[in-house]
Amino acid sequence: MNAPHIGRMIAAAVALSIGLPAAAGWAQGAGTAASISLSGAGATFPAPLYKKWIDVYQAAHRNVSMSYSAVGSGEGIKRFIAETVDFAASDENLTEKDAAKVEAGAATVPATAGMIVLAYNIPGVSEIRLPRDVYADIFGGVIRRWDDPRIQAANVGVRLPSRDIAIVARLDSSGTTAAFTRNLAAVDPSWRSRGLGVGKLVAWPSRTMLAPGNEGVAARIKISEGAIGYVEYGFAKRLGLPMAALQNKSGQFVAPSESAAQLALSARVVEAKQLEPSVVDPAAVGAYPIVSYSWLFLYRHYPDPARAAAVRDFVAWGLAEGQQYGVELGYVPLSADVVALSRQILDTVAK
Amino acid sequence: MSSHPFALAASPDAVSQAPGGGEYLVDRAFRSLAIAAACILIVLVAYIVWKIGGQALPAIGKYHVDFLVSTTWNVQEQKFGILPGIWGTLYSSLLALLIGGFFGLTVAIFLTQGFLHKRLAFVFRLICEMLAAIPSVVFGLWGIFVVIPTIRPAANWLNETLGFIPFFSTSLSGPGLLPAAIVLAIMVLPTVAAISQDALSAVPYRTKEAAFGMGATRWEVILKVMVPTAAGGIFSAMVLGFGRALGETMALAMLIGNSNQVTLSLFAPAETLAALLASHFPEAGPAEVEALMYAALVLLAITLLVNIAGIGLLTLTQRRISGKA
Repeated sequence: MNAPHIGRMIAAAVALSIGLPAAAGWAQGAGTAASISLSGAGATFPAPLYKKWIDVYQAAHRNVSMSYSAVGSGEGIKRFIAETVDFAASDENLTEKDAAKVEAGAATVPATAGMIVLAYNIPGVSEIRLPRDVYADIFGGVIRRWDDPRIQAANVGVRLPSRDIAIVARLDSSGTTAAFTRNLAAVDPSWRSRGLGVGKLVAWPSRTMLAPGNEGVAARIKISEGAIGYVEYGFAKRLGLPMAALQNKSGQFVAPSESAAQLALSARVVEAKQLEPSVVDPAAVGAYPIVSYSWLFLYRHYPDPARAAAVRDFVAWGLAEGQQYGVELGYVPLSADVVALSRQILDTVAK
Repeated sequence: MSSHPFALAASPDAVSQAPGGGEYLVDRAFRSLAIAAACILIVLVAYIVWKIGGQALPAIGKYHVDFLVSTTWNVQEQKFGILPGIWGTLYSSLLALLIGGFFGLTVAIFLTQGFLHKRLAFVFRLICEMLAAIPSVVFGLWGIFVVIPTIRPAANWLNETLGFIPFFSTSLSGPGLLPAAIVLAIMVLPTVAAISQDALSAVPYRTKEAAFGMGATRWEVILKVMVPTAAGGIFSAMVLGFGRALGETMALAMLIGNSNQVTLSLFAPAETLAALLASHFPEAGPAEVEALMYAALVLLAITLLVNIAGIGLLTLTQRRISGKA
């Protein structure tokens, strides 16, 4: 389905053509300091949160106009390296190799965290439990039918249909895919050796349906009976899709919830580069097994100090006041430790 | 004026007059304009092929024929293959032509062979042609919200009871080959119906009268005289319909399911070349763009070949009907 893509492009074009002149006109009319417009692009996973931040922040800071296009983490990183944006977002931290390509220097700030849920569409089934090896084998293409004995064994009393499982995965280069496949590889030691891959774009079993963006995957699940796919929690919640309770490292079946995600993110970290490995397969009791941090990428040096100040102020605001807006949208506020770490990284952006 | 070659041939008060200098000029200008337009058309087609071919050249050098027979599309490992795309394009278009062709021809017979009052037939024809004006994206949405839920129970029943037949070997979850083919069939229907109607109307009335005069029944006249006589035109209607189905993008991108597999099952998600191009172009890197250009070239080649083959067969059948060797 390409419609969301085109929709996004049109929205971006409209935002550009309407937003900029309007902002300029306002600045002239008010006769205050010149207005600054910032543009960002990247992950679809945190997009609803960043859009909320932008709305609230803009209302309080009339001289800044911002836009964020949700184009997927891979495309966000590409635009960040090409320096066509003021900031980018990704659910996977920038690799050192990519960071070296950024001439202005990269500061990667953990900005929020969230759950990746397995949303499904089976008429009449609103609760399902998936053991670790089972969900890995569903996405590995080993388990092909819903009435497979291994799924049935974990769901005694649930009438599972005798239908094929339709897997839905991401078409575009995605940090959500990266976080999910990291978890699959940790859960199933044979994942990598079977050639299924870990990363932003992987070779899913050939019958997998591919859709662009978290919203594309959620919409595809919504219209396909017997489908299962991985999306950020909020996207599944907005479409009313049921989500599977997954078995975590310590053996419990955990349905996605804010408290379970907080447990998953509770591992203590001292350095930013430990963040990602710390949440791949959380060991805490009661922790939801698939969580991910989401990052904002800033440049260390901006040509215009006013622009640098605006980006820094926005991100600092997001790390402080912004966190509370995450809860209602299904994200997990960062712990005080991580926020301190993020602020440290934010301080490396030159004033 | 007196030097004009036809000046003396016509009397000044006759209805038809010898062409004046201005008319000659207009005639010349129009003739050269027409020739120029025709040339530009040929140059344009050649330019498109050359340009796409040029951009695809690096990929052709890298992947050779493997590209056409391999089934993976893996950007990270730079392995590209479009067999699922070629298969899905041909399979969905053939299915669409089968359904759309049958109904298109039936509609054409119904509207031209005196089943309806002329005025009513005209209204029907108009409505049928209005189908062609519906935007592709609307067809796509209609497919998702109407066609899929409607055919899903029947498809899943077929899968449960006749699942051993390869065509029904998977259950239909949502987007897939059959919903795509059904919507595609409706999209090619106006093309097929309109051209078939023209072909049937072009058969001289005397032919029909002669057949009736020999004591043939209405159905004998239609099936044994009218349709075979108009076969050339009907066939070209089918080819044009097929060409339309091959290149259709938006509705298919929404309905085919974007799944990179080669399957006989009517209910499985699949991929077409046009849908592949539409969904991968927005964020393709340089290597993927080359591969996509190669895929575009293949799609172009398939559509050109189908049209050339269609026109060739059309002339062949027409010669046979008209009796000229």
